[in-house]
Amino acid sequence: MGRIVLEKVSKYFGDVLVIPSIDLEVEDGDFVVFVGPSGCGKSTLLRLIAGLEDTSGGRILIDDVDVVAEPPAKRGLSMVFQSYALYPHMTVRNNIAFGLKMAGMDKASIDKKVNHAAKILDLGSYIDRRPGQLSGGQRQRVAIGRAIVREPKAFLFDEPLSNLDAALRVQMRLEISDLHNELKTTMIYVTHDQVEAMTLADKIVVLNAGNVEQFGSPLDLYNSPRNKFVAGFIGSPKMNFIEGKHAEKYKVPTVGIRPEHLGINTKQSVGAWIAKVGIAEHLGSDTFLYVDAEDIGQLTVRVSGELNVSHGDIVYLTPDETRLHRFDGDGMTITAAK
Amino acid sequence: MATKQTKTLATFMVAPSVIMLFLWMIVPLCMTIYFSTLRYNLLDPGNEAFVGLENYIYFLTDPDFFTALGNTLILVGSVLFITVVGGVLLAILLDQPFFGQGIARLMVIAPFFVMPTVSALIWKNLLMNPVSGFFAYLAKLVGVEPIDWLGDHALLSIIILVAWQWLPFATLILLTAVGSLDGERKEAAEMDGAGPISLFYYIILPHLARAITVVILIETIFLLSIFAEIFVTTGGGPGLDTTNIAFLVYSQALLQFDIGGASAGGIVAVILANIVAIFLVRMVGKNLDA
Ligand SMILES: Nc1ncnc2c1ncn2[C@@H]1O[C@H](COP(=O)(O)OP(=O)(O)OP(=O)(O)O)[C@@H](O)[C@H]1O
Ligand SMILES: [Mg+2]
Repeated sequence: MGRIVLEKVSKYFGDVLVIPSIDLEVEDGDFVVFVGPSGCGKSTLLRLIAGLEDTSGGRILIDDVDVVAEPPAKRGLSMVFQSYALYPHMTVRNNIAFGLKMAGMDKASIDKKVNHAAKILDLGSYIDRRPGQLSGGQRQRVAIGRAIVREPKAFLFDEPLSNLDAALRVQMRLEISDLHNELKTTMIYVTHDQVEAMTLADKIVVLNAGNVEQFGSPLDLYNSPRNKFVAGFIGSPKMNFIEGKHAEKYKVPTVGIRPEHLGINTKQSVGAWIAKVGIAEHLGSDTFLYVDAEDIGQLTVRVSGELNVSHGDIVYLTPDETRLHRFDGDGMTITAAK
Repeated sequence: MATKQTKTLATFMVAPSVIMLFLWMIVPLCMTIYFSTLRYNLLDPGNEAFVGLENYIYFLTDPDFFTALGNTLILVGSVLFITVVGGVLLAILLDQPFFGQGIARLMVIAPFFVMPTVSALIWKNLLMNPVSGFFAYLAKLVGVEPIDWLGDHALLSIIILVAWQWLPFATLILLTAVGSLDGERKEAAEMDGAGPISLFYYIILPHLARAITVVILIETIFLLSIFAEIFVTTGGGPGLDTTNIAFLVYSQALLQFDIGGASAGGIVAVILANIVAIFLVRMVGKNLDA
């Protein structure tokens, strides 16, 4: 079991209020991802759950037991750190076994568990080496191995892949996803990487300045963001926000349209926005256009496949009306006004 | 030093200083070796003559030599033990955040800046004096007979004094090492359920191994040749109780005016220091390339 509930959790560092008050329910077996801009309190929130920081107020319940006063080791959680935090003077085997040894488990059971973890993560060939002799990806696997042998109620990851190169990141992402499917243990995962968040999560928590902006499934967040912040944060490239003359047509101060929901035409069409191509990025599978639209300003357009336009060309844009997001003066999404 | 070119360049660049250092060392060393083979006594000038290894035989078969050698090893060993153990504990203590941390650090480091002669005088006259010393005052306060530290426990007193001088050095080096321990590693151990003692034994101590090695090597070099402290406090006595090799060489040369014998003693001391150094490097040096 691994149900984690936060009730009105707050955190001060000295006089600085980093997390005002957070309520959150993580169901057993969920893969929850915390995303948000740098400094919004993702790591802090994770460390509060782990018990590495004291809360300033509120309750943290793990399986309906308040753990606020418990030390980290008593909470039954495992954490994977960004820097891996392996013990450099111990072999991979001893690194993984350390937690079990501290728990006073007998040698035979420790060996069995370590060998099992080594098999799951494919550590066999370097189990007797020290961390200094491993590559980044291998170290990350060892760190995960150390987390899984303790059979925790939940795993906590703090940007575990950010020190890896792009290709390895994709591979490890899949492995973590596999691991979750296999173990079915609750996982809480902090990242600032859009793709990691969208692909791994059952549910995403979007944080901003210590507040939960929205909590929901990845596609929920993509399709119906609660406010302008979430709309702008989820999705890559970012959503275009349009104010002024063209927004007035929809009787709201701001409308938003994702780059992939802008139709593009090189021939004159009625009611379309006229724009001049600035930069065209041809990725093969997609083409990203950064255009300067009349009366609007900078817009990003995403076209599937190849589109043969280049700098200075005039294009005509038509937004997909059904995928248009309307925001009021406070930046909240207007849903009823259709 | 990756390429052939940088290697050649480096050789030329360091050559002048290596040559300087070499001359600097080699000239006194050769002269000492030369003197050690002479009968050369200041009370009998003009009668210098080559005597081969006689001075060495004399020095090495002198029972005083073995006493001095024993004293030297006890002194070095005890001071190393006290400073390393005390240094590790103090370093960990000073690494904790507490009010007045800056001042406390400064106070701990301070003894290192006191000259050996001055600190020896302070210990001898203000602290360990059996009549007017601070320790005697404390003893009288609780009603026990004051101890004549430098009279009855001379070697122990010297050990305490020297350890007091070198504890700051060990603490300073170890403090930087403790400070460089990655916070996430400590947190990982905490999540793994390591209590304070396990944390110390399994995480902090291995992390400090390299710094401890450095402390031991550097201190040994200086401790083998402790002189001022002994000269000021006990003068090698009572009897030979606090005479180490350095002091023995001095007493031969200047108290018995035997330059030849003292030179031989000096060379023996150099060889001994090298043996100890090789031994130590073998023993703890493997920590250095981890
Ligand atoms: N020990 C600390 N003392 C004081 N302030 C802190 C401390 N740790 C974090 N903060 C502050 O709390 C805020 C949230 O920090 P946190 O590390 O949780 O951000 P984050 O969302 O993880 O950012 P990033 O994506 O850059 O890792 C920041 O403004 C940071 O300056
Ligand atoms: Mg962070």
